[in-house]
Amino acid sequence: MSTRRAFVVERWTRLSAGSTIAVAVVLAILALAPLLFDANVVDSLTTLFIYLILSVMWNALAGYAGLVSVGQQAFFGLGAYFAIQLSYYGVGVYPALLLGAVITAVLSLPLSLLMLRLRGGEFAIGMWVVAELARLIVVLDPVINGETGVSMIALNAINPESRRDYNYWMALVAMVVLLAAVFALLRGRLGASVQAIRDDEDAAESVGVRVLAGKRTIFVLAAFGCALAGSLWLATSISFQPRQYFGIQWTAYMIFMVLVGGLGTFEGAILGGVIFFLIEYLFGQTGVWYLVGLGAAGIVFALFLPRGIWGTIEDRFSIRLLPVGYSLRMLRSDPGPGSGAKTPQD
Amino acid sequence: MIWVTQILNGVLLGGYYALLACGLSFMFGVMRIINLAHGDLAILSACLVFLIADTTGISPFVALIVALPVMAAIGWALQRWMLERSLRSGVLVPLLTTFGLAIVIENGLFEYFGADTRSLAPYIGDFAYDSWAITSNIYIGSLAALIFALAVVLLGGLKLFLSYTSLGRSIRATAEDPDTAALVGINTRAIYGIAAAIAVATAGLAGVFLAMRAVFTPYSGPEQLIFAFEAVVIGGIGSLSGTLIGGIVLGVAQTLGAQINPQGFLITGHVVFLAVLAGRLVIAGVRARGGLGALLARRP
Repeated sequence: MSTRRAFVVERWTRLSAGSTIAVAVVLAILALAPLLFDANVVDSLTTLFIYLILSVMWNALAGYAGLVSVGQQAFFGLGAYFAIQLSYYGVGVYPALLLGAVITAVLSLPLSLLMLRLRGGEFAIGMWVVAELARLIVVLDPVINGETGVSMIALNAINPESRRDYNYWMALVAMVVLLAAVFALLRGRLGASVQAIRDDEDAAESVGVRVLAGKRTIFVLAAFGCALAGSLWLATSISFQPRQYFGIQWTAYMIFMVLVGGLGTFEGAILGGVIFFLIEYLFGQTGVWYLVGLGAAGIVFALFLPRGIWGTIEDRFSIRLLPVGYSLRMLRSDPGPGSGAKTPQD
Repeated sequence: MIWVTQILNGVLLGGYYALLACGLSFMFGVMRIINLAHGDLAILSACLVFLIADTTGISPFVALIVALPVMAAIGWALQRWMLERSLRSGVLVPLLTTFGLAIVIENGLFEYFGADTRSLAPYIGDFAYDSWAITSNIYIGSLAALIFALAVVLLGGLKLFLSYTSLGRSIRATAEDPDTAALVGINTRAIYGIAAAIAVATAGLAGVFLAMRAVFTPYSGPEQLIFAFEAVVIGGIGSLSGTLIGGIVLGVAQTLGAQINPQGFLITGHVVFLAVLAGRLVIAGVRARGGLGALLARRP
């Protein structure tokens, strides 16, 4: 037996380096989209970016930290609500949209003290209760006009063409920054530790993983991301109805995107967001049947393809386009069992 | 005197929550699954009984004889084709699949029944609003009292069934450790099927009584799930007698909240639930540091 190590730990492959460059090129084109494409395309892309934010945030929670939340609509709604409040008190439109999400993230910190002590299903429904409570309290605010809701009037003051472009750029920047933040966190120390927590919380703790700190970082980041998605949604739709913003359908969308794309894979959440966007574009008009289909697809994927479309591709072909994990590359061909990784002949 | 009446109403409402929560608690106790479709299954059963009562004119109480076996069969099928496979894939998957099921049921019901608010009250005659006078100005509704009694009988009966029958012992053994239970000859697959059937049938029973005492729509399920869950957690998860106490605490909190402010019904319930959770964590934290005595003694 040779003492020389027969493998190297890889964090990038040639393919993933190439795909990362490709992502950068696509982003550069997207940045110019309002100059290149017509209004409908720009609006659709803005919606897509919001879905991608939601998908990646829910995936970070459930796929990496093992926290299945059915109450992320709490943050979605609160982000929009605080933006309206700030705008009501005279803060400029776009600063208010961002600050609304910041305030929500700050509030999620004390909330995490309570919620993160709950496990599994208790956390899931506990978050749902939080979302319901948030909605009930927001409805009491006279600014909101009860269930009727209110419009962010300041948005109407901006002319619609500029508003469309500003919304687009804000959504693009928000998506890129949030996705990059999740990517960096998952590639870093936190990524390994939260996945250890997801797989076995007690074991992770026993080997010195700081369980609560890891979960809290993801929880607060996801709260911020969902809140920003909510305030961006407000920027595109202008009106705010509590039942819509705090509605459980957001969780249904997030679960669908992540399950179909690939729970626990970074690329999968993005793929799922794109698929959801296309399905909504094609079938969104069919109303309720469309929701039945989403729920049924979620069940089928959870049962029969638990790693989703991307996870299955990744497992079969070991392709990693935007790698957050570690992979081993054998330096010499090893005939023994377990040499599943690629073994280039050298 | 209004407060006494409200507390009494709250206790009786708690009986409904206990009835609703019974199946949720039981399924968690046996299978470690929190069924996110629990509320929607209750509403499904209410819709089924509504359909029978509306088309045939049969009393909803009689329609239960049809509806409960149907719900039990749905529970059994659910276990066989969905939950069993979910359970094998880890702790998160049952949450995802039952959530998907909830979305399918509520939107499917909407497609069939539309958004109308319905109630079974018109189909049970005077019983919907009959009441007994306790004193000259305290009344309790006879339907609410019946629901409370039913909850006590059901929870008590389930407890006796688990303690004293052979099937009950098999269920407890499977809940404790399915692998070992299988080793000593218990058919754990059948046991899980029976447990799911019992859980879904009781959810269905609760749904029908909800429809008799109040109104429902196809989208009433999630709220019922939340109430049931709150009752279970307040009373201590997995404990059937705790579920009754949890239901009563929730019911009393809600009716008193509604007495203070019309919007207070739901808010007070949710706040009490979160306060109980927080209180429990504080107590656990104090215990972990050696109890209250140790904490006080540490101070100079």
